[in-house]
Amino acid sequence: MSDVADRVRKIVVEHLGVEEDKVVENASFIDDLGADSLDTVELVMAFEEEFGIEIPDDAAETIQTFGDAVRFIKEAQ
Amino acid sequence: MFDLTGKCALVTGASGGIGGAIATALHGAGATVGLSGTRTAPLEELATALGDRAHVLPCNLGDAEAVNALPKQAVEAMGGLDILVNNAGITRDNLFMRMSEEDWAQVLEVNLTSTMRLCKGVVRPMMKARWGRIINISSIVGSTGNPGQANYAAAKAGMVGMSKSIAYEVASRGITVNCVAPGFIATAMTDKLNDDQKSGILNQIPAGRMGEADEIAAAVLYLASPEAGYVTGATLHVNGGMAML
Repeated sequence: MSDVADRVRKIVVEHLGVEEDKVVENASFIDDLGADSLDTVELVMAFEEEFGIEIPDDAAETIQTFGDAVRFIKEAQ
Repeated sequence: MFDLTGKCALVTGASGGIGGAIATALHGAGATVGLSGTRTAPLEELATALGDRAHVLPCNLGDAEAVNALPKQAVEAMGGLDILVNNAGITRDNLFMRMSEEDWAQVLEVNLTSTMRLCKGVVRPMMKARWGRIINISSIVGSTGNPGQANYAAAKAGMVGMSKSIAYEVASRGITVNCVAPGFIATAMTDKLNDDQKSGILNQIPAGRMGEADEIAAAVLYLASPEAGYVTGATLHVNGGMAML
């Protein structure tokens, strides 16, 4: 696992209060990890801050799973 | 009671009667205040009168870019932003049949759209802080309507619906969004009324007098306080009984 994935996982675990082993490639923030729609907005805010990137609203909507987030951030960096 | 020590509040329209009173009340409870408005001189004057913990942040609410930049400027000046009071407003009164689209658009832009922009700008830091207070100054005419004020009444009613919707979305993050709806308050805006209009209005007010700006400020202070944490999506009517809603 890459450094990006580890950092993203840490944010997800802290923010959603889920077990680390639940945060897998295809884990959906809303369906599998219990996030509500506001949580997903906050996660994106946290990713922006952690990685010093800007995630526009239309891109943010495509980030549904842990894997989506890691891929997006790697490309954005 | 109502201790705002350590909190930072941004007040728009702070150069006006009600806005100045609101800023003074929040400052008096210990908050650091950001005074916004279009006219710099009265803002500077108020800041000098308040002394410490007062920052002047001029902004033309008709200028979208300037409005979007204001929350950030406020955070930079004050070190945070916990309380937003959208108080600024303009009127362009005319009979509906004679109301130009420009008069309509200007009033909606300054009174409603700029409020939306500022709310959007402050929600982010408030979500992170898990604490926030947004208080939008609506008006009695948003509920009752008023001849000659179709634009103003629409903007003020729109503010209430918008506030309730935002209140739903952010309630779980410790952020409350409420409105204060003043009735007729003695300010420069009501000074423009002629004597006939004034006596007509006074006849409709059970309290038998116009309200004072301080009486609006007290309502805002309550809604801004930690004690009002369970009040959200509400509209607090301060109108001497003119409309019991």
